[in-house]
Amino acid sequence: MKYNWNWGILWQTSADGHNSWLMTLVHGLGWTLSAAACAWIIALLLGSAIGVMRTTPSKWARRIGNAWVELFRNIPLLVQLFLWYFVLPEVLPKGMGDSLKQMAPPWGSFVPAVIGLGFFTSARIAEQVRAGIQALPPGQGMAGTALGLTLPQTYRHVLLPMAFRIILPPLTSETMNIIKNTSVALTIGLIELTAAGRSMQEFTFQVFEAFTAATAIYIIVNLVAVTLMRWFEKRVAVPGFIGPAAVGGGAH
Amino acid sequence: MGGFDFDVIERSVGYLFREGMTFTLTLTGMAALGGIVFGTLLAMMRLSSFRVLAIVATGYVNLMRSIPLLLVIFWFYFLVPYIGAWMTGSSQPIQVGAFASSVITFTMFEAAYYSEIMRAGIQSIPRGQVSAGYALGLDYWQTMGRIVLPQAFRNMIPILLTQTIILFQDTSLVYVLSITDFLGAASKIAQRDGRLVEMYLFAALVYFVISFSLSVVVKRLQQKIAIVR
Repeated sequence: MKYNWNWGILWQTSADGHNSWLMTLVHGLGWTLSAAACAWIIALLLGSAIGVMRTTPSKWARRIGNAWVELFRNIPLLVQLFLWYFVLPEVLPKGMGDSLKQMAPPWGSFVPAVIGLGFFTSARIAEQVRAGIQALPPGQGMAGTALGLTLPQTYRHVLLPMAFRIILPPLTSETMNIIKNTSVALTIGLIELTAAGRSMQEFTFQVFEAFTAATAIYIIVNLVAVTLMRWFEKRVAVPGFIGPAAVGGGAH
Repeated sequence: MGGFDFDVIERSVGYLFREGMTFTLTLTGMAALGGIVFGTLLAMMRLSSFRVLAIVATGYVNLMRSIPLLLVIFWFYFLVPYIGAWMTGSSQPIQVGAFASSVITFTMFEAAYYSEIMRAGIQSIPRGQVSAGYALGLDYWQTMGRIVLPQAFRNMIPILLTQTIILFQDTSLVYVLSITDFLGAASKIAQRDGRLVEMYLFAALVYFVISFSLSVVVKRLQQKIAIVR
């Protein structure tokens, strides 16, 4: 068994003719991070709204919230991306569907990837937001009502500020997950980091250099993200409360 | 959209389940079994008093958890033939089938996640029980095998099952190796007959029904175990 290592390949010109292979991977990282960031915003907004709905007294809001979470949690991400990419343009009215299909690359795969990832992750965030709100003593909500706050005011000023602090650690792992899950978008043609590593492998046959480089980049991104979230957690910590306990489980 | 064609599903349903779903379920079952066994060993290594073992296991788990499953799939797809050659002493990378390659990949990958669960499970057993085991003259493996692990495992069954549902969904990613798992089969029919809408919606429905029913079972089980305690 023999494998010819050639790390110099990273500095050689890539298939696009002017950048090095390392730059190709860095470009991929750029797409990974931008898709993850956009999807993260969608997921946080939608997830918070759905999570709050699941804790309100309204039966219908709770039902819709639960249905949302079950729907997006029980279908594989890959299938969800296929639905957004292949199926949605077909079931929309013809004009809209065609304009979706004709989006210039890479937007044609970037947009469905962001929407798909955002919706998929929103279900997981909703679950954590709900757990965070329910982890608070019920007296806090009642105290809000006793002070004459309306329900939205109670959420805005009493429940959510603490709930979000409680769920920061699981939100950190969700941030990692969304970065890692961006790789699934390579199946609908987004050239993110994993896809860039894969194309380097296909063109150069230097399998292990390509994957090692991609792996190293993912590890660095992970370390940076964890450090940033830790710092943020410390910054927003409310004095007098011990470190928040972990909520939720399961991953990727 | 030229009308929803139920016929294409009816025509292909046998192929989808006989070929595709069988592959998906076998892969899920074998990877779950292998992953739990290897994951438990990893958890024991992480909690052991041998520093080297603990560091190796922690490094492995953290590595697996920080890179995407798709990259792991690609890694193992190319790495396994070399490891096989190294183990058999052959001079050429040995041929490994798509099925064996995916079973190894998912076992190794999911072991990292199962090990975190089993570690929590082992740590949920009071230290005193381990000491009691040693006081009775049992060795490490007897204490683990007869006292700690059965309880740890039982406490963690719902979470292990939840992770297995995630594994079941994750197996769809073997699509990138052009393997005929359930999604791969659906996708082949979809492309052959030009029926993407029907096939992908049907695939989504099947995955949803299976995952959702399993999660309901897990919820029931959780309540049952909670009452017994």
